[in-house]
Amino acid sequence: MKLLRIFSRRDRIIIRELVVTDFKLRYQGSILGYLWSLLKPLLLFTILYLVFVRFLRFGGDVEHFPIYLLLGIVLWTFFTEATNQGLHAIVDKGGILRKIAFPKYVLVLASTISALINLAINLAVVFIFMLVTGAGIQSTLIYLPLNILELYVFALALAFFLSTAMVKYRDIGYIWEVVLQGFFYATPIIYPVSMVLNNSETAAKLLMLNPVAQIIQDARYNMVTHQTITTWSLIDNPFLASVPFLIVLLFITLASIYFRKRARFFAEDI
Amino acid sequence: MNDQPAIVVENLSKTFRLPHERVSGLKQGVVNLFRTERGYENQEVLKNISFRVEQGEFFGIVGRNGSGKSTLLKILANIYVPNSGTVTIHGSLTPFIELGVGFNPELTGRENVFLNGALLGFSRKEMEDMYDDIVSFAELENFMDQRLKNYSSGMQVRLAFSIAIKAKSDILILDEVLAVGDAAFQQKCFGYFEQLRNENKTVVLVTHDMAAVTRFCDRAIYLKDGKLLQDASASEVAETYKLENIEAPKPKKGGPELSTAHSLVTKVTKQSDETVTVTFNYESEKNSRMYIGFSILKDGISVAEMTTAPSKPLTGSGSIHYTLDTSVLNPGVYQITSVLCQIAGRKLLTVSKRPVTFTVKGEDPTRGGAVKLADTWQF
Repeated sequence: MKLLRIFSRRDRIIIRELVVTDFKLRYQGSILGYLWSLLKPLLLFTILYLVFVRFLRFGGDVEHFPIYLLLGIVLWTFFTEATNQGLHAIVDKGGILRKIAFPKYVLVLASTISALINLAINLAVVFIFMLVTGAGIQSTLIYLPLNILELYVFALALAFFLSTAMVKYRDIGYIWEVVLQGFFYATPIIYPVSMVLNNSETAAKLLMLNPVAQIIQDARYNMVTHQTITTWSLIDNPFLASVPFLIVLLFITLASIYFRKRARFFAEDI
Repeated sequence: MNDQPAIVVENLSKTFRLPHERVSGLKQGVVNLFRTERGYENQEVLKNISFRVEQGEFFGIVGRNGSGKSTLLKILANIYVPNSGTVTIHGSLTPFIELGVGFNPELTGRENVFLNGALLGFSRKEMEDMYDDIVSFAELENFMDQRLKNYSSGMQVRLAFSIAIKAKSDILILDEVLAVGDAAFQQKCFGYFEQLRNENKTVVLVTHDMAAVTRFCDRAIYLKDGKLLQDASASEVAETYKLENIEAPKPKKGGPELSTAHSLVTKVTKQSDETVTVTFNYESEKNSRMYIGFSILKDGISVAEMTTAPSKPLTGSGSIHYTLDTSVLNPGVYQITSVLCQIAGRKLLTVSKRPVTFTVKGEDPTRGGAVKLADTWQF
């Protein structure tokens, strides 16, 4: 019953308008406009590529490392964008919440969907890069949507949790910024997992229990090169290897419960 | 469906927890967890309210600011959650707690129409079908591709109202929409209300405007300090409201505070055929900055009202003179009533005791009323 109510006609209409509005407003007043959606990760990629690949000589043992790096950055950019936008989704729309009744999840969903659209554009760029550099297309590419789905669900879970907590505790915004910064380095984005593995196998295994790390590595495996070290290839115990999955499931369950419990009071609490 | 009441409210109560120190940080939240005494006070906004609105009824909710009207409305609109009691609604309901929900100043008028429409439940296609109607009703054909931030507030309201009236639901909730807009726009609102009445829509209207209540509402409730004071016909409620609020300005304890610390004596000190000079002698024992205000009346009707400028405050005691060119007045007897007020808070200090009169001499059977207009006849 509750599931049927999700995506009722009215909710779909609102989500659509919110996403469209968000896109219109995001780059307003900038000359390059929507191009920034592409330029941002590309510029970040250029910097990281120059610093880590050219100067520090990271990833020498991984084939197609530039693409491997770019894919990681694109996925990470999506994750930060979705959670950051989700975080503010409720608080920023306080004015609307106090004046009209509508399902609150719509706001969080809309904010993550616009990040998802950006991801689609950026993935197209990665794809073009692959064709240009002659990296070749893996047959496992068909599994990539599953990785994206998992990443989206995880980001959505965090967005639900963070946006709810943000209503009462505005500190969350600052905390999350720092947490993201920390996780950027704790996730194998700019460095290959093999670097950690050479130092400590336990640390590498621990690192790969992070759902974002698992997803990025799986996506690289499916899209770029089968040399990629994944959670499944690193951890033998199948139960332990599915911990990232379980974390995602646990988060989305708990975050939904928390969100639904508090959503009734958003209008009063903001 | 028609035999069911549209809205049934039973024993509704709402309490807001107002923190003394706002808990908007984690630290504060953690600290409060360990506190034995809680840093908030409960404010009862609605106390055990019960009423029902029948199908097709035009229902008014009146009350002064802070009486709980808006909270009640937000509970009806499912925006707030009541602490106890129930609200049962039969039929679809559209709340216009405020017009133009979701309006974004950075978007164009056109884009805002679609966004606002979506929040009211209209799809893009439905909005496109209605779009021309909306724009022409708002009389904004030439402005739709401008950003909303470049609209005047009146234009924004017109646009919002034009979208709002397209919402087709069984029950409409309107909050003080009458308070905004110019006379022509209010006329449009009234026209819309007439139309709703004729269509037998269920409407809940919240307003201070007793004229609107008596004109449109069948029934009304009167809220005071969160309690339901009266549930009766619209005219009865309007009557109570007027009586209550005329009495309200009188101080509750210790009689009028027009103390002997202040005095104001008004006299006509000089009068010629063309001018009259009025002298105000004021005295204050307190160190307040004051102004004098007075009105000139003819046959009990105020002809003109004046005050001294706040930029020239009066202090202590003294006298000031006011000279008027009486050639603008028709012959007759005029009365002056004057007051001494404190500038801060516009507090009334004292009233001049005796009424003062002056006469404009002459006779002109071709003119009546107070003002001699500068006019000409042509034959």
